[in-house]
Amino acid sequence: MKRENIITKLKKEKLTGRSGSSFPTWLKWQLVKKEKAEKKFIICNGSEGEPGTFKDGFILQNHPNEVIEGIKIALEFLDNSTAYIYLRKDYYKRFAYKLKKLTRNLAINIVKKQGGYLSGEETAICEAIEGKVALPRPKPPYPTQKGLWGYPTLVNNVETFYWVAKIAKNEYKNQKFFSISGDIKNPGVFQLPEKWTIKKVLQETKNIPNFDFFVQAGGGAAGEILLPNQLNRQIKGIATIIVFNRKKIDLFQLMKKWNNFFLRENCDKCTPCREGAFRIAEMLQKKKLDNKTLKDLFFVLDATSLCPLGKIMVNPFKSLIENLL
Amino acid sequence: MKKKSFYIFINGKKIKAKKGETILEVARKNNIEIPTLCYHPDLKEKASCRICVVEIKGKNRLVTSCSTEVQEGMEILTNSRRVKKARKINLELLFSQHKEECYDCVWQNNCQLLELAKKYKVTINRFKDRKTNYPVYQFGPAIIFDSSKCIDCRNCVEICEKQGVGFLEVKETKDHHLFKVVPRKDKVCVYCGQCLIHCPAGAFEGVGEFEEIEKPLNEKNKIVVVQFAPSIRTSIGEEFGMAYGEVVTGKIAAVLKKLGFDKVFDTSVGADFTTTEESKEIVERIKSNKNLPSLTSCCPAWVRYIEYYYPEFIHNLTTVRSPQVILGGLIKTYWAEKQKINPKNIVVVSIMPCIAKKYEITRPELKIKGMKPVDYVLTTRELARLIKRKKINFKKIKPEKLDNIFGNPSGAGVIYGASGGVMESAFRTTYEILTKKTLKRIDFKPMRGMKGIKKAEIKINGKVRKIAVVNGLGNAKKLLEEIKSNPKEKYTCIEVMACPGGCIGGGGQPIPTNKEIRKKRAQSLYTIDKKKHIRKAHKNPIVEKIYKEFLEKEKSLAHSILHTSYSKKTKEKIKKLK
Ligand code: SF4
Ligand code: SF4
Ligand code: SF4
Ligand code: FES
Repeated sequence: MKRENIITKLKKEKLTGRSGSSFPTWLKWQLVKKEKAEKKFIICNGSEGEPGTFKDGFILQNHPNEVIEGIKIALEFLDNSTAYIYLRKDYYKRFAYKLKKLTRNLAINIVKKQGGYLSGEETAICEAIEGKVALPRPKPPYPTQKGLWGYPTLVNNVETFYWVAKIAKNEYKNQKFFSISGDIKNPGVFQLPEKWTIKKVLQETKNIPNFDFFVQAGGGAAGEILLPNQLNRQIKGIATIIVFNRKKIDLFQLMKKWNNFFLRENCDKCTPCREGAFRIAEMLQKKKLDNKTLKDLFFVLDATSLCPLGKIMVNPFKSLIENLL
Repeated sequence: MKKKSFYIFINGKKIKAKKGETILEVARKNNIEIPTLCYHPDLKEKASCRICVVEIKGKNRLVTSCSTEVQEGMEILTNSRRVKKARKINLELLFSQHKEECYDCVWQNNCQLLELAKKYKVTINRFKDRKTNYPVYQFGPAIIFDSSKCIDCRNCVEICEKQGVGFLEVKETKDHHLFKVVPRKDKVCVYCGQCLIHCPAGAFEGVGEFEEIEKPLNEKNKIVVVQFAPSIRTSIGEEFGMAYGEVVTGKIAAVLKKLGFDKVFDTSVGADFTTTEESKEIVERIKSNKNLPSLTSCCPAWVRYIEYYYPEFIHNLTTVRSPQVILGGLIKTYWAEKQKINPKNIVVVSIMPCIAKKYEITRPELKIKGMKPVDYVLTTRELARLIKRKKINFKKIKPEKLDNIFGNPSGAGVIYGASGGVMESAFRTTYEILTKKTLKRIDFKPMRGMKGIKKAEIKINGKVRKIAVVNGLGNAKKLLEEIKSNPKEKYTCIEVMACPGGCIGGGGQPIPTNKEIRKKRAQSLYTIDKKKHIRKAHKNPIVEKIYKEFLEKEKSLAHSILHTSYSKKTKEKIKKLK
C-alpha cells in the first residue's frame, strides 16, 4: 500500500481514537508526519487503567497480529521511526513473551507500565519510557510535536492500531469493542457497531436484566450512572458498560469504591482534585452528603482541575446523586 | 529572531502581547492583578494551586494564567463571576489544609493567603483542617518546617532539588493516599533557606525567627556589639515599603543604635580581612601547587554541602574564616584589649541575609580561647521584625555613621553580598600581591551578574589561570562533577555561594525574592563600591593597621582568629518538635 493512501483511508472511515478522547486518527497521524525531525516515535498504548475495561487485553489475546500490523503501517508511514508497546503490568506478564516473538525483526519494543492510572496518559507514558516518574507533562507541547525524548510521537490505543490494520485491508465495518460486565449473564468483550445505543448493545448481547437495574457507562470509575430509561444513547468516552442490581448494591459502598480509586490514582498536585477527593471521602465516611458543598466541589473539579482525572471525577458522583439519591 | 506580537483582550481592553508570553505575564505587565500562590518565577510553573484561573471566551473550562500562553485575539476575563467563584472555593479548600498561625509567620505582613481570603470573602474554616496533626521538624540549628501549614505546592521540593540537595520529598501516606512533604532520612539539609523563601504558605521559618529575636537586647551588663552583612544594606528597605535595591546603610546604623546596641560595625570590614588572608593563601597554594582549585568558604551552606556530599573536596576549601566570624574574633580579641573590656562581657550579634549563618556560629572549631566569635545571628527579616515591634519608623530615621574602628569597609568588602563579589575582591588583592603592580582596571565585569556559572581566564605573570564563580548549589554540583570527570579542567579559584545570586538572594532576606529583585539588590552593591575611595580590601587602613600591629605579631592567636578547619559530616537525626 502506498504510504499516503492510509491517510485517505483513515479519513474516509472516520476512525477516531479509542481511548475515550475521540480524536480523529488521520489528523493525529498527519500532525506527526508534518513535523520535521530526524526521528519519530510510535507508542501503542496498552495501559488500559479504567476499571471495568478489558477490551485491549482481549484484543492482545486474540488479535495480536492485527495490532502489530497496524503498528507496522505507522512505522512505514513515518520516516525513521521506532515503536513501543506500553503494557499495563498484568498484560505485560501475559503477552510480552508472545509479542516479543512476533516483533522480533521489527523496530518495536515492548515495555511495562510504571505507576497507576495517570501513567496511562500519553505524556506520562513518554516520561515512563524515558525512565522518569510517570506523571503527565503540561500540554502543549503535545506528543505529536514533542513526545518521547522530545521527538514527534504518535500515541494510539491498542484498539486503534487493530482498526488501522483492518482499514488497510478494507475490512473495517465501523465497529468497536465493548467491555460489558456486572450483574449480567453474558459478560465479556463484544465487537459491535459503534453507533449502537447502550440499550441495543445490552439487548443484542442478551444482557438486559429482568430486575430493577442501572448502569455505569463510559468506565468503571469515570463513567456516568444511567437508569433504564436513559439508555437510548451512545456511550460517551470508553466503550465500557457495567450493570448493577439496584436492590443488591449499596450506593455508599459503590461511591466509596470510586472515591478510593480517585484518591489512589490522582497525583495530588492540584487543589480541586486533591482536596475535593478528600472532602468527598469525608462525607462518604459520615454518610452525609452536603449538597451545597458537593455542588461547589463539582464546579471547581469540572472547571479548574489540572488534568482530566479531576474533571471526570464529577461524572459518576453527580449522575448517581441525581438519579438514585 | 524577533517574537511575533499581536493583540489580545483582557477584560475588554485591547492589549499588545508577544508570542510565548503567558497570560499572567501580559496581565502583570499591564498592571492587571491576577492572584497567584504556587507560581514563582524562579521555578518551573506547576499550575497546581488553581488560584490564578481566568476565563477565556469560547472555552468551557477555566485556564491557569501562570501556565497558559497567549494566542492572537484571545479574549480573557480575569474577574468574571465564574473566576471569582472558582478562586473562592479553591481558596477554601487550601485553607482547609493550612493551619493558621499568623502571629508567627514569615509572611506576617504580606500574607497572600489572608489577603486573598479577604478579597474573595473566603470562609477560612469552611472545612475542617485536615493537617492539624502533621509534624513539625527542625533541621539543625537553622530551620523549622511546620508541615501542618503546607498547601502542597511542592515549590520547596523543587528548589531543594535544584540546590543539588534533594533533602525534601513528597511521600504518599496511608491517610487517603495523600502525599505530604517530608525530609529524607538519607540526606542532610545544608540550611540554605531557599525552601523558606519559595514557600507561599510560610511553612518554613528560621530557628528563633519569632521568639528569640529580642534575646540579644536583654543581655544585661554586657557590651552588645552588632555587625551587619554587606547585602543587608540594599535589601532591608523592602520590608518598609522602600524601592528594591535602595541603599540604607546609614539608616541601619541609626536603627541599630536606637534599638540599644552599644556598637555598630560592618561585616564588610570583616570581609576585607577575609579577602586579604584568603589572597595570601591562594598565593601560597599557587606557589606550592597544592590544594587547587581553591574553593571559597564564606558560605556555610556551601561548606556543609562539601563536608557531607563532596568530602573529597574538603582540602580545597580555603581555611580562612568567613567575614562575620573573623570580625567577631577581632572584636573579642584586638578590640576588647584596646577598649580594655573583658571579652567575656562582650556579646556579638550578626545581622545576616542567611539562615545557614545561624548554624555556622555553632561550629565548635571556631572558638577562640573558649569563646564563640559570634553569639547571635539575626536574619534581615528578623531585624525588620524587631524594628517593627519596637515601632521605630525606619523610613524616616536619619542616617547615622557606623562606629569606629570597624565601620568603614573598602568597596571590595561591600560587593561580597553579590555572586562574584568574593572573587572580584580576591582578584583585586591577589593580583597586586602576585604582580607587585597596581591594578588599574578594578571592575571585573565577567564575574558579575546572575548567571549560575561564570567562567573566566585571567593572565597573571604570563600564565593563564582559569577561575569560576558559581551561585546556586545545583550549579556547584554541576561544576564539581565536571571537574571530577575531567581532571584536565584545572581551575585556580572557584567562588561558590549557595543561594541564587549570592547572599542578596539568601534565605534570611525579605520575601518575596526573585530574579528581578535580586538583580536590583546586587546592582546597588556595585554602586556603593564604585563610589568608594578605597576599593581594595588590603588597602583598607584598618586592615593594614591590625595586620601590622597585631596579626603579624601574635601568629598563633592570629591563626585561630583567621583560620578554621573542616571535617567530613555524617547523617543526622531529624528532630521532630511535634
Ligand atoms: S511546604 Fe510550602 S513550598 Fe513546600 S509544598 Fe508546602 S506550601 Fe509548597
Ligand atoms: S534549607 Fe536548603 S537544603 Fe535545607 S531543605 Fe531547605 S532548600 Fe533544602
Ligand atoms: S549564599 Fe550567602 S545567604 Fe546563602 S547560604 Fe551562603 S552565605 Fe548564606
Ligand atoms: S499560580 Fe497558577 S496555578 Fe498556582
